[in-house]
Amino acid sequence: MAETKEYDVIVVGAGGAGLRAAIEASAHGVSVGLICKSLLGKAHTVMAEGGMAASLANVDSRDNWKVHFADTMRGGQYGNNSTMAAHHAREAPDRVRELEAWGAVFDRTQEGRILQRNFGGHRYPRLAHVGDRTGLEMIRTLQDHGIHQGVDVHMEVTIFHVLKDGDRVVGVVAYDRERGRFRVFKAKAVVFATGGIGRAYKVTSNSWEYTGDGQSLAYHAGAELIDMEYVQFHPTGMVWPPSVRGILVTEGVRGEGGVLRNSENRRFMFDDIPDLYKDQTADTPEEGWKYTQGDKESRRPPELLTRDHVARCIMREVRDGRGSPHGGVFLDIAWIKKNLPDAENHIKRKLPSMYHQFKELAGIDITKEPMEVGPTTHYAMGGIRVDGDSQMSTVPGLFAAGECAAGLHGANRLGGNSLSDLVVFGKRAGEHAALFAKENGWGTIDQGQVDSAQKTALAPFDRPTNAEGPFQVQYALQEKMQDLVGIVRRDDELKQAVDFISGLRTKAEAVGVSGNREYNGGWHTALDLDNLLIVSEAIARSAVQRQESRGAHFRDDYPEKDESWGKKRSVTRKAADGSMEVFAEDLPPIPSELQQIIEENR
Amino acid sequence: MASVTFRIWRGDGETGEFVEYSTDITEGMVVLDAVHQVQAESANDLAVRWNCKAGKCGSCSAEVNGVPRLMCMTRMTDLPTDVPVTIEPMQAFPTLKDLVPDVSWNYEAKKQIKPFKPRTPDNEDGSWTMYQEDVDRVQEFRKCIECFLCQDVCHVLRDHHKHEEFVGPRYFVYTAALEMHPLDTEDRTEELKKAFGVGYCNITKCCTVVCPEGITITDNAIIPLKERVADTFYDPIQWLIRKATGK
Repeated sequence: MAETKEYDVIVVGAGGAGLRAAIEASAHGVSVGLICKSLLGKAHTVMAEGGMAASLANVDSRDNWKVHFADTMRGGQYGNNSTMAAHHAREAPDRVRELEAWGAVFDRTQEGRILQRNFGGHRYPRLAHVGDRTGLEMIRTLQDHGIHQGVDVHMEVTIFHVLKDGDRVVGVVAYDRERGRFRVFKAKAVVFATGGIGRAYKVTSNSWEYTGDGQSLAYHAGAELIDMEYVQFHPTGMVWPPSVRGILVTEGVRGEGGVLRNSENRRFMFDDIPDLYKDQTADTPEEGWKYTQGDKESRRPPELLTRDHVARCIMREVRDGRGSPHGGVFLDIAWIKKNLPDAENHIKRKLPSMYHQFKELAGIDITKEPMEVGPTTHYAMGGIRVDGDSQMSTVPGLFAAGECAAGLHGANRLGGNSLSDLVVFGKRAGEHAALFAKENGWGTIDQGQVDSAQKTALAPFDRPTNAEGPFQVQYALQEKMQDLVGIVRRDDELKQAVDFISGLRTKAEAVGVSGNREYNGGWHTALDLDNLLIVSEAIARSAVQRQESRGAHFRDDYPEKDESWGKKRSVTRKAADGSMEVFAEDLPPIPSELQQIIEENR
Repeated sequence: MASVTFRIWRGDGETGEFVEYSTDITEGMVVLDAVHQVQAESANDLAVRWNCKAGKCGSCSAEVNGVPRLMCMTRMTDLPTDVPVTIEPMQAFPTLKDLVPDVSWNYEAKKQIKPFKPRTPDNEDGSWTMYQEDVDRVQEFRKCIECFLCQDVCHVLRDHHKHEEFVGPRYFVYTAALEMHPLDTEDRTEELKKAFGVGYCNITKCCTVVCPEGITITDNAIIPLKERVADTFYDPIQWLIRKATGK
């Protein structure tokens, strides 16, 4: 019999969104349990580098929430949930100030205010940051504040099933890593803040935790997923040596003046500037450099175009034989020594983690030589469909915030909009989950559901172990997703991926594991496989459906944007017969007052 | 490609043994890659804790050939590979299983430390004015990734097991970050002396040596805290004032 704990609100995930949700729910006077897969403070938020977008206007007084809103919509190719984009732009500055009030120490301007830096797609310097370790600052601040707010934290506990009473969510079933014991968490409301899906791909900047748990478990519980075809490939990941392939190289390198060059030493980003951004992009390298140094009359260098575009330009250079020795391109920050006295120390101060990372892992001194970089799977714009105000999914009592939720970013996320997303919508989800808990009493836990979930979870121990263990199945999926559902997509390859995933499901269901239930990595991976397969299938099917190229979704067979597809979003849900259903629906019209803001900021 | 032998601790804190595994090492691999390869090839149930694999989360701390390090930042080329590479969990904490230590004590230690308490905001929008030169030293402490390697190497914890009387280098850095935060108004000096046991530290600087973030733990955090304690409790003039006023 599994141990049962009861909380008004259960938050699953303890990155920025989960911690902020837990703090907010607790502030509303309900009991809160916080469940996290890892130790507290280790969630993926810790890896965010560049900063947190908020129109504080500390560096450029022309900035305000309306410009931030318009930038976010343009970056998302207008596939965004405009309500969420407006909330986000309006509330982000307060969330930054709140972090400062809880102890965060951001880098400062000369005037002693929070410093803001340039980032791709943001018209003005907007990212509050701490060197290149902003995520660490955020998670530690929320953690150190959160542990004094009466929240019960359950570390190294993984959920694998959502319990329902009729339509409504009433709890989750989990195992603890340490002993492999089952736990039942009964709740009036559940917030998913479980992060992304990067582990479905071979080359990714994401940690092992990013196996799409929230998206997949919400899907099984009847929630709709949207925008699943939009997976962001960050243009700059490490490419060499092989063991570090995919590790993120912050956009902050380009924000500080770093440039991209091909093997012919050409700044190829000047060769292809999309119409939507022509007016905002520098004409010459000199103008671009001045922009990165804060000159308000200059426009941004093309290296700071949106991530989807930069990633594709890098792919093109590599494909056409102008790449670096290990299949990337060159990212050079060392060149700024021509323009800046004491550039070496400037780079070490502004980009300490990058200096460290390349020095330790690749033996490269970035103050002296260029880095080799290439695209890496980074972020899921798609995910659980939520209400733009309350963050509740289509299943009553189930809320979602942060990367596992969808809508804010549309077809492409701007750098810096994720950290702000976490706290803006973490707070909203926590608040509305607490209200839901107050308005609704306890549901009933159906022991049958608990028993059946536990039985399924233990099944791998009863199956024979063979050559295709859990890790081998995971690797096979990652290879195929990388090859067939990556940056450049085609109908035949996507369909091939869908078939492959379906074949792999049979193998996943036959996987056996050895050993006992204590901290058993093989068993944990076996349980992750269903989540990975569900999100992979949703991505591939949604990508087949969208016969155009938009934002992060690029189709070689439909390389242009299509106006009619631009008005649609993809929806994924579990059909009555258990199969996956993917369809397109019309995007709701943008409210006129928000449309006007977009027009004013064209 | 060369095959390298690893001696990996298998078992819990009470019972267990080093088990040898061989795996092929390729260019650029770090110790954590090798451990994962062993896990996937020949020990599926091997317990190892990790997250980011980029030296940012501080999860994969272990002792490699007896030295406390992050496995993800230890390159195979920096180790002798003609003899087996020994990997065991951090020794200052109980072992849960294989390479995974029970670090829960650290989380309890942190909770004892009074949280950040800022002064009233300076500006109408609820923000404060602070200059970069005022926050530089606190930002050094805030680089900490909580890998607990400093706790592992500290002899007060590792050899003398003073976990009940001493919070360890990590929490002196944490306390220093709060005490030296330009906005903080709380006073933690008494706890530093009594509950946190700062006096046990005899400045051997082992913690500073192992810190993967290069934080100068002893010089910049612990010594200034010791000075605060000395100023408050051992300054003869202060002592007389306290005697006279009864405070």
